[in-house]
Order: sequence, then C-alpha cells, then structure tokens
Amino acid sequence: MTTDHLLPALPVIPLFGALLAVIVPLNALWVVLLLVTFGILGSLISLFAVLVSKGPIRSSLGGWGVPLGIDLYVDGTGMMLLAMTAGLMIAITFYSHAYFGHGRRARRFWPLFLLVWASLNNLFVTGDIFNMYVTLELLGLLSVGLIALAGTPAAYAAALRYLLAALCGSLFYLLGVAMVYSNSGNLDWMVLRFHLVSGPSAYIALGLITAGLMLKSAVFPLHFWLPPAHANAPAPVSALLSALMIKASFYIALRMWLWVFPGSIPTETAGPLFGVLGAVAIIYGSLQALRQHRLKLMIAYSTVAQLGYLFVFFALSMRPEGMEQALQAVVFFAVSHAFAKAALFMASGAVIRSYGHDWIDGLQGSAERLPAVMFAFGIAGVSIMGLPPSGGFVGKYLLMNTAVEQGQWFWAVVPALGGLLAAAYIFRVINIAMKAGRAAPLARPVGSGLIWPAWGLAIIAVLLGLLALRPLEIIAIGSPVFEAGLLPPGGAP
Amino acid sequence: MTASLWYALIGAGLVTLGLHSLTLTPHVLRKVIALNIMGNGVFLMLISLARRLPDATNPAPDPVPQAMVLTGVVVAISSTALALALLRRYYEASGRTHLPEDDALWGIEEEPPGRFAVMPDGEDDDDH
Amino acid sequence: MKTNEDMIQGARAPHPIFYWGMTVGVILFFAALVWAILSLPPAAPGLFRQVSDRMPESGVESMVTGVLLNFRAYDTLLEIAVLLVAVLGLGAIRLGSREPLPEAFTAGPVLMEFLRFLTPVMVLLAGYLLWVGSKYPGGAFQAGAVLGAATILLQIAGNIRAGDIPLWLEKTVLISGVFVFAGIGAACMFFNDRFLHYPQEYAKGLILIIEAAATVSIGATLMVLFAGRSLADPHDAESEEGEHR
Repeated sequence: MTTDHLLPALPVIPLFGALLAVIVPLNALWVVLLLVTFGILGSLISLFAVLVSKGPIRSSLGGWGVPLGIDLYVDGTGMMLLAMTAGLMIAITFYSHAYFGHGRRARRFWPLFLLVWASLNNLFVTGDIFNMYVTLELLGLLSVGLIALAGTPAAYAAALRYLLAALCGSLFYLLGVAMVYSNSGNLDWMVLRFHLVSGPSAYIALGLITAGLMLKSAVFPLHFWLPPAHANAPAPVSALLSALMIKASFYIALRMWLWVFPGSIPTETAGPLFGVLGAVAIIYGSLQALRQHRLKLMIAYSTVAQLGYLFVFFALSMRPEGMEQALQAVVFFAVSHAFAKAALFMASGAVIRSYGHDWIDGLQGSAERLPAVMFAFGIAGVSIMGLPPSGGFVGKYLLMNTAVEQGQWFWAVVPALGGLLAAAYIFRVINIAMKAGRAAPLARPVGSGLIWPAWGLAIIAVLLGLLALRPLEIIAIGSPVFEAGLLPPGGAP
Repeated sequence: MTASLWYALIGAGLVTLGLHSLTLTPHVLRKVIALNIMGNGVFLMLISLARRLPDATNPAPDPVPQAMVLTGVVVAISSTALALALLRRYYEASGRTHLPEDDALWGIEEEPPGRFAVMPDGEDDDDH
Repeated sequence: MKTNEDMIQGARAPHPIFYWGMTVGVILFFAALVWAILSLPPAAPGLFRQVSDRMPESGVESMVTGVLLNFRAYDTLLEIAVLLVAVLGLGAIRLGSREPLPEAFTAGPVLMEFLRFLTPVMVLLAGYLLWVGSKYPGGAFQAGAVLGAATILLQIAGNIRAGDIPLWLEKTVLISGVFVFAGIGAACMFFNDRFLHYPQEYAKGLILIIEAAATVSIGATLMVLFAGRSLADPHDAESEEGEHR
C-alpha cells in the first residue's frame, strides 16, 4: 500500500459502502459499516504516519498530474478534518442505528449517510477546485434527502429552502471557478497561486466564490436557511449537518483565502470585513438562541453564533505574521465545535424521543428523569461556552492570544462576550432541567444507544482542550507559511 | 469584441436575470426555473470564456471547460429533479407552493390544504 | 399546484425597498461581471495544448471524451454519483407520501404504432452515440439521455407501468454506473498503480465498458426521476419484511 492507494481509498471505500448499502438487506448492513469504518481508519492511520514523517502527501489520479488531471493532496489541516469526520461519523453511526432502527427510514438513511462520508472525505483530500464544486453539490443534495427524512411539512419547507440556497451558492462558486480558470488556465488550489493574474477578474472571482461559500456555510447575514433546516431534520442528521456539513464550505473558503488568492489579491485588507460579519453573527446568533422556545432551534442558532467565531479567526489569519497561529486556532476551534455541537444535537434527539417534544419550558425536572442525557448536554455545553479545560476554551484562548499579539484588541472582546451569551443560553436549559418539583413524565424510556454516543463526543470535546498541543502541531504541517515558495510555478511532482 | 466575448456577456445577463427572479418571485417552481436559467448562464460563460481569441496555443476550443459544462449539466438535471420532487411532496404535505417567509413578504394569503395533505408519520416508524 | 394567475392574484408586491434594493443589487452584480469579463486577457490560457499533446495516451480520439473519461475521469465518477444521489434523495423525499399513482393511460393505435417504430430507433441511436463518442461529440451522457427519453415516451404511453420492474433489477441498474466506474478505477489501482490509471493498451476498451454501464444507468435514473417515484416500488412499501424474504 502506497500513498497512491491510500489517498483515493478515503472517498472510494465509503462510496462502495454506499452502493452496497442500497442492495444489502438491513440486517446484514453492519458488515458493510464495519468494513467501511475499518477501511477508513486504516487508511487514515497509515496516511497519518506518512504525513508526520514526510510532510504533505500528493497523489495524481490516473497519473496525469496538474494541470491536466486531478491531484489528491492532504496536509495537516486536511488530516485533522479527516480525523474529525471519521470520529463523528463513527459516533453518528451508532446513534443513527439506535435512532432509525430497522424501519423504512433506515433503508433510505444508510446509503445517503455513507455517501456523505465519501463526499466529506473527498472534499478534504481533493486538490482540484472544480472537483470541490461537484463535491459541494453532492453534499447539498445529500443534505436535502436527509432533512426530508423527518417527514414533516416543516422539514420539507426547510429542505426546499436549503436546496434553493445551496444551489444558488454553488452556482456562484462555479461562476467563480469559471473566472479563475479563464484567468489562469489552472484548477489546482496548491499551484493556482503561481498562475493567477492580478486584475478585476481575480477580484470578481474571489468575490463570487466567497459569496457562494458564505451562503452555503450560513454566515450572517446569509444564515436564514440554517436554523429551520438544522432544527427540523431528524436528530442524527442535525448532528451531521451542524457539526460537519457547514465545515465543508468553510474549508473551501479557507483554502481559497489562505492558499489560492494571496498571490494576486491583497487579501489581508478584506480581513476586517469578515471579522465584523463574524462578530455580528456571534452576538446575533447568541441572542436569537436565548430567545428560542425549542431546544433544537436554540442549538441551531448557537451554530450560527459559532460560525461567527470561525470568521473572526479568518480575519486574523489574513495577515502573514499571524497566519499560522490563526490557522491552527481556526481549525482547532472548528473541530472542537463539531464534537460539542454533535453531542448537543444527539442529546436533544434523546430528549425528543423520550418527551415527544423539545419545548424548553416543558423540560422541567428532566435532569431527574434523564440524568445521563442532560449530563451529556451540560458537558458539551462546557465546550460551547468555552470554559476550561474544553476544546472550545483552547480555541477561544488562541483566538484572543492571536488578536492581542496582532494588536487587534477588538477581536479579543467579541469572543469573551460571545462566551457569556453562550453560558446564558446553555444555563437556561440546565436551569429548567434542574428545577425541582413537578417533573414532566416521560412519554417513553430512552435507550442507551441514544445516550452514549453523545457522551463520547462530549467527552472528546472536553478532552481536546487537555490534549491540544499535538493536534495543533499536526494542523501546522504544510501550512501556507511553511510551503510559501517551496513549490515551483506549475510544479507537479 | 469577438463573438465569444459577446456570448460570455449574454451568459452574465442570464445569470443576472436568474438571480433577480430567484430572489423576487415567491413561487418555488419559478425559483427552480430561475436557478436553471442562472446555471445555463454560468455554462455559457464557461464555454465562451474558454475561447476568447484563437491563437497559436489555442487553435481550437479548450476541451476542459466543455467537460466541466457537461458535468455541470448533469448536476443541474439531478438537482432540478430533486427540487421538483421535493416541491411536490411539500405541496402534498402542506398544500402550499411558497415558502412560509415568502408568504409574509408577499402578503400571500393562506392557501387551502392540498388534496393529499397528510399528517406526518411521527418521529419514528421503526417500532417492531 | 396553483396556476400562475392564482399566484399573481393572491400576491401583493413585496416592500418597494426590498424590491428595488434587490433590483439595483443585481444590476450592480451584472456590471461587476461585465467588468471582469472585459478585463480578461484576449487570449485564453487554456489547457488545449496539454490535452492535445497527451491525447494519444488517452485511448480515445475525441478531446472532450478524453478529458471526461480519462484526464478528469474522477469528476465524471462523482457526477454519476450525483445522479445516484438524486434517485436516493427521491426515495427519502417520497417516504410516507400518499399521492395516488397517475391514472393508467393506454396509447391509441397511432401512438402505439409510432412507438413501435421509434423505440428501437432510439435504442439504436443511443448505441451509436455511445460508440461514436470516442471520436466525435457524443458519449455516455448523450446516449443515456436518448435512452432516458425513450423510457419516458414509453411511460407516457403507458407501456412501462409502476410495478413492472422487479426491485432488485431497478436497484442494480441504478447503482451499476457508479459501481462499474469505481470498480474499474479500483482495479486499475491494484493491477496498475493508481486509481483510474488505465493501462494504455486497454484504455479504449475500459472507457467503452464504463460508458456502456453509465449509459444504461443514466437512462434508468432519468426514467425514475421522470416518474418521480420508484417504478418497482411505487407505493414505497419496501421494508425489511417485504423485501428479502
């Protein structure tokens, strides 16, 4: 097994798994899931060893090389996100098994689920920006099918709204890609920097790509589709969407702003704009979360707020001097948010399953009835609030540190305020759950399969803070600071 | 101005028209059509920008954007089909052809429930 | 669905600030696009030269087919996966729907006779497009579209009806396009060196196999997407109990 085998294996193994999941009977599906999981974990571990010893890995599909063919490429950032995807997908696998059981919905769910895994893996390994477009469309259509599995009119409306927004966003992205190609004749994000010519077409291309990706990752003020979509989907799908899907378009934006365009556009001047949008998103999302009456809507608005942090980081990473530290911080924050947010949605799914609703006011005394679920909720909440020692804390600490080092004090104030607001909405739920007295009765007991995946993810979100050094080192492998000037123009290996 | 540049400008016009319709018409079917018009505009731009002036390096049209457009067309078909199916299901379940926020924006009165309106099956159907 | 007239009568105009703000916004957007297009250098920095230099290695003669099925074959694999996702998504969307089947329609003698003549021609045309794709414009998608159109005609005329096709067959054909493509890609990885790296001497044959499987699969996908429901399982009754026993 060489890296030429291992890199394509990451998307291809779950792709085959999805095809098998279409035809294999449900009671034999566990074999497919097991094989896919071990296949991906094996490839990831082998690739990780190579990455640590030899640095970023590149492999040309079909042996053509850029610019003619498509290259796969993985660096520290990609590896971290691949590992995050694998960890979350495994937890969601167990949760979904408990949630969907063996009904008709399960039959529809598993092929889509495995295709999501394939698409995410592909997004994080592909080096081609047009290939990213196809992957974005795959993820968009998959999300629509998954949201619609909830089977309520509200879910259909949310799926429709999401589909329209996603298609519009990816058309903008495609238009930007068309501009980039017309400008440079190249499509590989690693080498594009050496081919892009500065000029109006480069500015418009970046503008189109950014607008499309902001719409797809629901950055304020383009967040309108997110809360209904994430709140109305079935719980495992909500976890998938909120933790992983929105990171997909954010990841492309990261590659574009830090890798592709810096050579031709003074990207650092646009930084403050992102920062302002991010700051508004943090405040607005948190305040909306405080106002919500439904638990899942509250968590969805919390996602809007947490996306704001990602874009504040983004603003800081535009400056060359702080680029590496800010990149580490933003990827680390994205990863810890993914674990915490998935845990929150899983806990809310367990609440819905046992109470039959998720009205926050109706959860009085739920800490007594559902102690394990509410405990997982609280642990994950620690990371969302950014209390030490959680991953969320380390992420925010790094953010403030970078901001202060760059002398941009304003960006250090916003996350502090956001943390307070997050504490307010998390504690509001905990407070109601802890209220003594008349505890609302459970409609039905909740199985352990809905609890321990949430536990696992919440604990990982907290532990990430204690074990942050190693992930941070990994993220920096192959960061733009290291590789600046290392690749010759047009250089395919 | 060459002919292909002219086509690229027409493509830009189609994208703009589609965007206008997408944001300013409430009916979802029209939005889907608007998205298709936008997509065609993008494809037209891709193809025509690839060959602005034939010269020594490009004696014939560049095949890569053509392949990209073929891929894009298939994606457009798939997403249109999915959008139409979803719209039908939404109409069946709610009797509406507009998204709720557009109703408020456009002042559309509540429509009667659809012929086949059903209540959702509930959170799960896996009791066995 | 409501007709257009109903919609216009039921709708008032949105707030003028919203309407005109949007309108001005898209006009500015258009101006930006025009500016970008006009600023591009007159000669396109495309990949024509690179593609034509390596065409002899690709196994086909049409440049677009070479790009689609060899140089950038991975994009095409994902694109067929997009079609599969549309069908799978359709299944998820349809779940729980009580929409009745469309009323049975029997074609009159003229239409029947016409179809009797047209269907074989369309199948033949699909085969021709598939074969000619290696040299001239054509290939799996064009052939698949013609095949899909033939099945749509037969559906409209009532010759293909819901429940006519066994479920296992429908599922197998739907996934076969992606399966054959990715399978050949993986076989290249194990017997040659890289994913989708066809050995040069087999490239033409392998591409033809991939395209043939894709054509049938695309035709079937379009058939199901047009019907808006699985033709083998129109009531979405499929469940663990009903299926594999």
